[in-house]
Amino acid sequence: MRSPKSPVLAINGLIKDVGPLPTLDGRMLRVVSDVSLIAGRGEVTALLGANGAGKTTTIECAQGLQKRSGGTISLLGQDPGNAGADLRSRVGVMLQEGGLPPSARPLPLLRHIAGMYRNPMPLDDLVQRLGIDAFSRTTVRRLSGGQKQRLALAAALIGNPEVLFLDEPSAGLDPQSRQLVFGLISELRDSGMGIILTTHLMDDAQRLADYVYIIDAGRNVAEGTVAQLLQHRTPETTHKGHVRTLHFEALPGLDFTGVLPAEVEIVETRAGSYSATGALTPDDLAALTAWWAEHGVMPGSMSMEARSLEDVFLDISGRDVR
Amino acid sequence: MTPTLSGAPAPLLRRIMLQGKYEAVTMLRNGEQLILAVVLPLLALVGLTVTPLLDGMGDTRINVAVPGILALCAMSTAFTGQGISTGFDRRYGVLRFLSTTPLGRTGLIAGKILAVLAVLALQVLVVTAVALTLGWHPDASGWIPGLGLLVLGAAAFTALGLLVAGTVRPEATLAITNLLWILLGALGGIVIPAQRLPQLAQDTVHLLPSGSLGEGMRDAFLHGAVNGNAVLILLLWLALAGAAAIRWFKWN
Repeated sequence: MRSPKSPVLAINGLIKDVGPLPTLDGRMLRVVSDVSLIAGRGEVTALLGANGAGKTTTIECAQGLQKRSGGTISLLGQDPGNAGADLRSRVGVMLQEGGLPPSARPLPLLRHIAGMYRNPMPLDDLVQRLGIDAFSRTTVRRLSGGQKQRLALAAALIGNPEVLFLDEPSAGLDPQSRQLVFGLISELRDSGMGIILTTHLMDDAQRLADYVYIIDAGRNVAEGTVAQLLQHRTPETTHKGHVRTLHFEALPGLDFTGVLPAEVEIVETRAGSYSATGALTPDDLAALTAWWAEHGVMPGSMSMEARSLEDVFLDISGRDVR
Repeated sequence: MTPTLSGAPAPLLRRIMLQGKYEAVTMLRNGEQLILAVVLPLLALVGLTVTPLLDGMGDTRINVAVPGILALCAMSTAFTGQGISTGFDRRYGVLRFLSTTPLGRTGLIAGKILAVLAVLALQVLVVTAVALTLGWHPDASGWIPGLGLLVLGAAAFTALGLLVAGTVRPEATLAITNLLWILLGALGGIVIPAQRLPQLAQDTVHLLPSGSLGEGMRDAFLHGAVNGNAVLILLLWLALAGAAAIRWFKWN
């Protein structure tokens, strides 16, 4: 595990059992078996994993919403299990389900929550920044998914927290809202807030996270900066470096046998659509284009795709649908 | 959008007062709750004064009816009203979200109790005003024991409402608390004294929170008396339901 300059959250060997469950003959189910992580001030730390991996359980234990069964958690130097109002006032929480009463109207609701804090953020700035002024008098039940999500973010930020927890922050966001919310998250990070988010979307992690913990089946399986994770080596690519895929379209039925090294796999995915996947080098590209020149082949289109965090994730946590 | 000051909670009392006010206003803005809290009790009051149902129980029909109607108001707001709103707040994660703010779980429950008391105070004012114009003459020495008992009854019913809201789905809470409101309202000894109920009910209603609250309220406002049994039984219900709610209430 890394050691950030100024940690805001440190989880060590977290265990969480739920139950007893009738479906398990009254036995307990271990939903988190061993999660450890550190999140720093001025950083976005992402917990990445499939649905049911234990991300939400982990951060809810950190927020004090769930009681842990084992391990230690230190949130701003305190145990969140018996957090008082002082600790809660320094931590902002955006729940996956929002947690906003359907009959409430955004502005009075935010004003009410602001009243719980001594030094809340200026309401007008926040409302304007998140575009809430456009629907400030509409009841929560009539808001779109993206509007609800922006309101829940405002409710989490209104107390001016040092630590912000976001559970699946991009769920339900349209592209404009997403731009807005991601911009604000980056800005808050730069201003020194420690932000911890969960997501099952690689794109979120890739765009926002300074450090990523990949969680699978209740334990962490990999961690690093996005760049570090992208270099994650799987058995097939150990000595040659990054896996890339070259897509191109040309005449159907071309035979590329012997053009590229044996480790690079080249297949015709559809008639006339080819993809070459492997640790491609500039020499490989030169060999391929030379072959095209020799045979008078001019591709209709071509594109290079770097290995994505999604590939890393799937390599680590397996490709089975669960 | 730069955080400058570090977070600090508002004082505890202010947080509880704010939550109490917010919940009370939410309750009063809700049409169905308002019908349950004010309209139905007033209709019951009028019904009991124009029918001979209570004849022979006291000097006038209205003097017998009003204490029970006040008890019914406490059951509306504390049990059915608070139960339903808490059940749905639980479904939508509102309880969980608020418990992460400086308000916390304790503040949230304190706020709910405060909201019940605030709405109940308004109900007492409205019912009293209407009843006085209809010719109610309460025993003046009944106000202190009567209002005290009403608060105790509201506390016991709040504990029962939270117990239901915290253990079953909100749709079931809606059904259970509404059904019990009707059953206890009609047959629970709250507005209609036990003596006017079937024999089976007569033997049991004084053990129910509805029967003991109704009986105690009538003893206070008709005779200026404190009904020790009623106090004891309401305290018992408060202790049992409170302990059960603390033990089994699920926040999610």
